[in-house]
This record gives sequence, C-alpha cells and structure tokens, in this order.
Amino acid sequence: MYPKDLKYDKEHEWVKVEGDVVTIGISHFAQDQLGEVVYVDLPSVGDAVTAGETFGEIESVKSVSELFSPVTGEIIEVNDGLSDAPEVVNEDPYGDGWMIKVSLGDTAELDELMAAEEYEAFVSEEA
Amino acid sequence: MNELKRTPLHDEHVLLGARMVDFAGWSMPVQYSGIIDEHRAVRESVGIFDVSHMAEFRVFGLGATEALQRIVTNDLGRIAELGSALYTVMCDEDGGIIDDLIVYHTGDLEYLVIANASRRETDWDWITSHLPEDVETADESDRTALIAVQGPRALEIVAQLAHEGFEPPARFTIAEARLGGTQVLLARTGYTGEDGFEIVCHASHASGVWRALLSFPEVTPCGLGARDTLRLEMGYPLYGSDMDRGTDPVSAGLGWTVALAKSDFIGRDAIARIKEAGPERKLVGITVDEGVPRPGYAVLHEGSEVGKVASGTYSPTLGHGIATAYLPSEIAVPGTEVTLAIRRKEVAGRVVRPPFVKNTSLSSAAS
Repeated sequence: MYPKDLKYDKEHEWVKVEGDVVTIGISHFAQDQLGEVVYVDLPSVGDAVTAGETFGEIESVKSVSELFSPVTGEIIEVNDGLSDAPEVVNEDPYGDGWMIKVSLGDTAELDELMAAEEYEAFVSEEA
Repeated sequence: MNELKRTPLHDEHVLLGARMVDFAGWSMPVQYSGIIDEHRAVRESVGIFDVSHMAEFRVFGLGATEALQRIVTNDLGRIAELGSALYTVMCDEDGGIIDDLIVYHTGDLEYLVIANASRRETDWDWITSHLPEDVETADESDRTALIAVQGPRALEIVAQLAHEGFEPPARFTIAEARLGGTQVLLARTGYTGEDGFEIVCHASHASGVWRALLSFPEVTPCGLGARDTLRLEMGYPLYGSDMDRGTDPVSAGLGWTVALAKSDFIGRDAIARIKEAGPERKLVGITVDEGVPRPGYAVLHEGSEVGKVASGTYSPTLGHGIATAYLPSEIAVPGTEVTLAIRRKEVAGRVVRPPFVKNTSLSSAAS
C-alpha cells in the first residue's frame, strides 16, 4: 500500500525522486479517506510551488481537500489526464494517478519527508 | 459529547466494513463500497438503506383525523382510504417548516407518522402539545427499524422474499406483508426517485430482513452518502439544508403540500399571505459544468451575491455538479445564468427546474 521507493508527507502526498525532478501524488490512505474522486484542480506548467503550501484541490462526492506540496520548485509537467478521468487517483494513486512533476529548488527538503515505514506508522495512528 | 445512538443494524454495517459517521447524533453508514457505486446500484438494480434512525410516531383515537388535520398542511382527506400515504410538511403559526413527514393511514382512526431523525424531539413535543385529550400518541422510534429497498428491480427482490399470494402495495400505499417469514409493514415509498419500498419492522427482526435482502446478488448496501446524491438528483428537499423553521413551504417549492382549502390548520393564514403576495425567494435547482458546489457557497448574479447553496453535490448520473439555492423570485427562473463561488474559482451555472435526473424507474412507473 505504501511503496518503499517513495517518500511521504503528513498531508498524505507521496514524492518520487528522480535526479532533481520529483513526481507528486496522493497516498493510498488519502484516496481511501476521500472516497471516489470526481474532480482534481491542478496548477499549470511553469507555476511555482512551495513546500507546505497548497498547489491544488481534490474533490470527492462527499468532501473537498487541498493538495499540499511537499517540496519547493517549478512545475514542469501536469497530469492532464486527471481532468477527464479523476477516478484514476483511486484506481492507481502511485501510477497513472500522479499529479505534478516539479523541478526541485532545494533537495535538502526531501530529508524532511517520511520513508514508507515511518509513513505507515503515522497513518495507523491517524486512522 | 454523548455516545452516538445506534440503529438495530449497527453491527451489520460494521461487519460489512461501512464507514460510519455521526449523523444527527446517530452512528450511521455514510458508504460501504463507495458513494458512486452505491448510487449506480440504486439507479440500475437495487440498493438497501438503513434508515432506522428516522422517527416513527403513531397517532390514534377518536379525534385523530381532525387533530392531525390541524397540525399538517396537506389534506388527510387525500388518504381517507386505509393504507394510503401522504407527503406533507408541518408548520408553525408563521408558516415556518417544523419538519416534513410522511403520514400513513394504517388503521381506522390510526396514523403512522415518519419524521426526520434530527427533528424527533421537536416534532414529538409539537405534535403532542397540539393534540386534544381524545387522541393518543406513541413514539415507536426505538423499537422500530426502517429499511429502504430502492431501485428498478426492488419489486422483483421483495416479491421473492414475500409470502405466497403477495400483492405489492401500489405507489404511495402501505400494507402488511411477510418477508422471509417476518411480519412487516411494506410501504411503496422512498427518497431516491426509483421505484421501491420502505420496510417498517420490529427492531429485533431488522437483521434478519437486512440479511435476507443482501442474499440476492442484485442488492447493494447503500449509505447516507448515496441517499443524499440520489435525493438531490430528484430535487427532493432535505430538512435542515433546503428547509427549516425560517423557510415556508411556498418558498421551498412545496406549495403542492399545502391544502389551503381544507379545514383550518396551524400556519394557514401565514402561508396564504405568502402565496397571495408571492414568495420573496424561491428554492431552485442549479447545474454547473465544473467543480462541486457545496452548502454555503455563494451564488452570484450580475456580480452580486444573491444567495447561498443550500444542498450541493456531484451528480453521479449526470457527471457534473448540482445544487439548490434560495434565490430572489425575479431571477428564480429556469435558464437564468448565475455564477457559483466555488472557493477560489467562479464557475458558471444555470437555474433549472428539478428533477435534475429524469427517466428513472419511478417516472416511468408513475405515468
């Protein structure tokens, strides 16, 4: 449920690091808590994101949640497929359900994030 | 905070892995497999809902008919026939809606009133304080379970569980029946826009009936989440969201439940005045192409705020957002372009006349 090659934050986003580019999505726990996702509002390529600040919104039938960026940097790619098929976030949160790719400003921020085991322990306390 | 109340089916929900939430002081399932799945099951097959949190009152005695006529706005003369049911509201002297109810004519000089869970104490106090001495009342809510069986295939399922020679009750009627050997009251009513039933039974029999229904693969357990999306697609108002003590039935689009021509009833003069003058605001439907409108979001017209979303959700059938709102009467007209402030965004919307979803099993059955 929580792939080992990803890092996680307390707002339930995951981060996949490839060089100085990170891919960001929401965790299995987050998609399960939300229920069926019906709408994802994402920023545009070129927009700046800041660690701890919102970069978009995600809505299920019952609720709306803000998406928080775990890192600071510039958006270089956005998953446009989610506007037509937001349910992919539920079906494949770590794969086709990714949201944005960010070119990192400061790789030291990654040290603040949790490894899979840490995140799993964090989630079991929250559930 | 007080412990949440539990329905007789609480353990069944937990066993099924439902997500339980606090609803009006009750621990209730909001969803099992997912709201959209459950919603589709009801539109396409059959869904069952535990609505045992709702209140059941019996009103009986020599003066029962006359006394209830004074309390509700609709005309009990319409359910003079035994077994028939009536949707109505109950208002205060100013025409403010105390609750919306279904009244079933269950016996000679006897009525079963089903009310919202959140209004149980208020309704009970209001009804009992407005009854003369020759009318008796019983609050049967605690010992009564209520299970809604809704969907185009509801009749097929219920008929398979029913006793030999079973004749289904007609739309908006109630009759005794045996389901899987259990004595129940079976009402052909619901809150989804689909054909279906509401089963009234003793709390101790609820699990047996629930499990018997779930033994059919066509049947999906559904939570309050789907109940809300289904009712809103039909434009059925919800107490506490679309109406309350501060709204009157004419403004709420429930003028059809007010029988001004019958004998006097509480709120009659106030409602007659509102009807005569025309309401200042009316409850309308609004559709949006983008985002999900939710209660409290501002509705704008030509740049100014003209109202707030009363009920709002994503419509699983239509694939876009739907809402209700009280708007000034002059713009509460189908086709009016409005804007919804969905948090940081302004989204285009259009006033429509509910139901948002047409062509359900109920609309075809009713015609």
